[in-house]
Parts: sequence; structure tokens; C-alpha cells
Amino acid sequence: MKHWQFYLLVFFPLVYIILFKYVPMFGVLIAFKEYNVVQGIFGSPWVGFDYFRQLFDAPFFWQYVRNTLEISLYGLLVGFPAPILLALALNEIRNGRFKKTVQMVTYAPYFISTVVIVSILIVNLSPNTGLMSNLFRALGLETVDFLGVPELFKSIYVWSDVWQFTGYGAIIYIAALAGVNPDLYEAARVDGATRFQKIVNIDIPSLFPVIVILLILNLGNLMSLGFEKIYLMQNPLNQNTSEVISTYVYKVGLLGANFSFSAAIGLFNSVINFILLVIVNYVSRKVSSTSLW
Amino acid sequence: MSRSTIRESAADRIFLGIVYLFLSVVLIVILFPLLHIVSASFSSPGAVSSGKVWLWPVDVTLIGYKAVFQNSNILIGFGNSLFYAVVGTLVNVAFTVMLAYPLARKTFYVRNIIMMLLVFTMFFDGGLIPNYLLVKSLGMLDTRWAMIIPGALAVFQVIIARTFFQTTIPEELAEAAEMDGSSDITFFLKIVLPLSKPILAVLALMYAVGHWNSYFNALIYLKDSSLFPLQIFLRDILILNSVSAEMVTNVNELLVREGLKDLLKYSLIVVASAPVLVIYPFVQKYFVKGVMIGSLKG
Repeated sequence: MKHWQFYLLVFFPLVYIILFKYVPMFGVLIAFKEYNVVQGIFGSPWVGFDYFRQLFDAPFFWQYVRNTLEISLYGLLVGFPAPILLALALNEIRNGRFKKTVQMVTYAPYFISTVVIVSILIVNLSPNTGLMSNLFRALGLETVDFLGVPELFKSIYVWSDVWQFTGYGAIIYIAALAGVNPDLYEAARVDGATRFQKIVNIDIPSLFPVIVILLILNLGNLMSLGFEKIYLMQNPLNQNTSEVISTYVYKVGLLGANFSFSAAIGLFNSVINFILLVIVNYVSRKVSSTSLW
Repeated sequence: MSRSTIRESAADRIFLGIVYLFLSVVLIVILFPLLHIVSASFSSPGAVSSGKVWLWPVDVTLIGYKAVFQNSNILIGFGNSLFYAVVGTLVNVAFTVMLAYPLARKTFYVRNIIMMLLVFTMFFDGGLIPNYLLVKSLGMLDTRWAMIIPGALAVFQVIIARTFFQTTIPEELAEAAEMDGSSDITFFLKIVLPLSKPILAVLALMYAVGHWNSYFNALIYLKDSSLFPLQIFLRDILILNSVSAEMVTNVNELLVREGLKDLLKYSLIVVASAPVLVIYPFVQKYFVKGVMIGSLKG
């Protein structure tokens, strides 16, 4: 074989992919089995869809699905347009230093770890010593334990995400705007277009393909709301609105050692996600001829 | 100024004013909480708990930092995180380019099949429990391996690296080397890698920050606290609020109370974020580059 060395290069990474990405896909079999450690994945007895039935019958489960979807959609609604808005605003500015400062400062929170972000939330929102309660007191308002109010959980989660990721998310749009043909602006200028008209008629249409691709990816991930931040933000007071599928999988599976039940939830989630992605991609290809595949 | 020049209209100038105002508000909203934390970390416990700190430190002192560095857990965590970040990143980058380079070459005939295998994993995975059981059956639970091997490769980075190789290493160059009798691996090591320093920097930075900031793998795979990365100790102290007695002894007896506990959190947040935020301005351009390469459709 002429290019056998390529096969040598990819050998170990490929073994990794198969072992750590594909083997666990077969591990989901335990969702259909009464898994026990002694008999292992293949030896444990089959139970069919018992765990799924148990899952769909549990009222709390639909509450968690709802929480997941509500947080995801809320996040998408606010978090998706935010970087576009920032990129459009930055694109209007020529002044080098101010522009660079804004870019540098807005990217920075991306590099702060989830643990630290949640800690910042906790200290700043703490009912006694936090920045927020200082502000409330200064305004003569009553302070509350913000993270203990179930109704506030989603907003705190979503807006702190906006705080952290808007700058980073804007990079891709800024790059796309930098690639717009200058002749278009020149022509618009000659026609007497205002800045706002240029944004609406030139900038936004040029961003459209990027927007569609990112929207597909985001919609396809609606159900795979990350575990890390939510888990850290949870406390006994906000449990009602803060429990989502991924945190529940962790609690049932690893803390409660109910492997099969937990794997069933995980599988349900993955399948829904995959279906969502296929649907969104299909619709997008029909409507705008932009798609992932 | 000639008459044909079109000046900014009044409406445009007002619009630009609004844009500046908007960006200034964004700047303040992002900076203010950060500055507040840094200032609080240098203030006295009393000033922090009575809410006197806004933008500038009040009664400047370093006792918050003294308490942080007296904690042996923080130092253990720092050491472990450094180890995971360095070793993990080396493995990550090596695996990524070993897989990405052949995928970028037309003469690697199975590349399309492998790409499909990779892309599929981005949209479907086995989930937490099967992954956990796999790591367990490999005997990696509670070992340093669990922090390195299960995350040895990110498919997204492979795609970024592949796009880079495709756009910077011309197929003709590889053909010419082949004519001269150079093997594929020699060409890869001697020509491709030296030409790929920018992408190696991008990959290393993205992986390293990921290692430094992650806590999830440690949470599920590790029980032995001598192996914990910094983020796990941070979580214990900052979020679970378990300040050990060790941290508040040796400090002025008078201050051993709630106030110091609060202050300590602010100092700890600063210490934990400093390593990444200090190097950030220098590596920023590589991150921007990484996002841009990633956005090219391969």
C-alpha cells in the first residue's frame, strides 16, 4: 500500500474515537437492561422499555424536560442575537483604541472557569454582603437571596451567560463583516443611505449564512443543556426550576447508582437532540438552501 | 472639501452617538463586577461585609491573600491542574494533528469515511453513564489517567486543524516531496509541522484553557483529594462554602469570623482566574484566529 504511513498516523487517534465515542454508544444498551455490576453490560438481564415507561410516567420528569427547554429557549432568544448586535455596533466604529478595548474586555469573561463564574454570581448576589444587595440597599429597596428565588433562576443563568459569552460569540460575526465587499458601502453612500439603512441592507444580509448555520447548531442542541454551570448554581431553594435533564442524570446515575434508569434518560435526550438537528437542518435546506449537510 | 463629498447627516451622527453609548454601557457592565471583586479582595474584612466596597478597595490589606496561600489544598490543586494542563495538552495536540493531517490529504483514500465517523460523534453520544462505566472498566477511576485519556481529542479541533492543513499545505508540495523519495511521515514531521506553528498554538491554547477550567471529569472520575485539580477545591471553598479551620487560623484572632470567610472568597476568585487572564492579552489573537479557521466550512 502506497500511503500506509497515513494509516499509522491515524491509528491511535482512531482507536481513541472508537473506544471513547462509539463503545459508549453501545453502552446505552443498559438502558434496556437491569444492569448490575457483577453480570456486566452484556450479562445483565433484558427488561425492554421498562425504564422508559417508568420515566414517562414520572411527573417530575416532564417538569425537568420543561425546565431544560425553557432555559435553552430563553438562552437562545437572548443569547443568540446578542453577539450579532455587538458585532454590528463594533463594525460602525472606526476609532482604533476604543474598538480594541471593547473587543478585548468583552472576550475576557470567556476565559473564566465555570466554577469561578458561579462563585462570582454567588458573592455578588449574596443577600448580605453582595454587590447587588448593596445596590438595592443604596436605592432603599429590600434585598433578597437572589439565587434562592426559583423564579429568578432562569434569568440569572441566561443573563450571566450573555455576560460571559457575547464577546466571544461576536468574533465570528466581526470576521464576516470584515469580509463584506467595500464597493457595496460605496454604492450605498452614493445613493445617500443612512448608517442604519446600510446595516439593514448590507450588514445583516451578509451575516445571514453564518446566522443560519449557527442557529441550526443551537437548535439542534436545545436539549443538551450543559451540566456544569447549572449544577453549581443549584441550591435546595431553587430546585424546582433549576433541575434539568443533565443534572438529573448525574444525580440518579452516579450519586444514586441507578445506572440503567439514568442511561435511559440520557438516551432519550440524545435521540431527541438528534431528531431536532435533522429536522432543523431539513427545514433550513428547504427554506434558505443553507445546511450542515 | 469639494461639494460632491457627502457629509455625515445629522441622523447618522445621532445614530453613531447611540452606538458609542451602547458600547460604553456594555464595557461598564462587563468590567464593573470584575473590578468590584478585585477591589474587594484587597479590602479589609469589615469593609467587605458592611458593603462599603464599590469600585475601589477600602482599608487596603493583603490578609485575604495570606489566607489563600496558607491553604495547602490550593497549592496541591494548582500543582495538579498544571500537570493535567501540560500533559493533557501535549496528548491533545499530538492526537489532533496525527488525525487531522491525513484527513486533509487527497491521497488518504478512507478520509471521507473517517470524517463521517467523526462528525457523527458531534451529534450523538452515549451519555454520562456509559462513559463512566467505560472509564471504570478500563481501571482508570481515581487515577491521573482519567483526567488525560477520556478527553484525549476533541473532534471540533480536528476539523479546525484539517481545514488549516488543507488551506496552507498545497497538494503539489506533498507530491514533490514524494517524488524526491520522502515518506509521508517524514514530510509531516519535517515540513508540515514547522509550517503549522500558528495552528499548533491555537490548538494548544484552546485545549490548555479547557483543562485548566474544567471540573466535570474530576467530579465524576476522582475521589482521592490528592489528585484533585484546582477547580474542585475552588468549588468546595467558594460554592459549597466549606472553609477549613486551617485557612483561618494563624490570622489575627480578632478577624476570625464571617468577615474573613467572605473576603477569602474574593481573593480566591482573583488567584484562580489570574493565570489565564494574565496571559490572555498576549494570546488573544490566536484565539481569534482559531475561531476564524473554525468558521471556514471545510
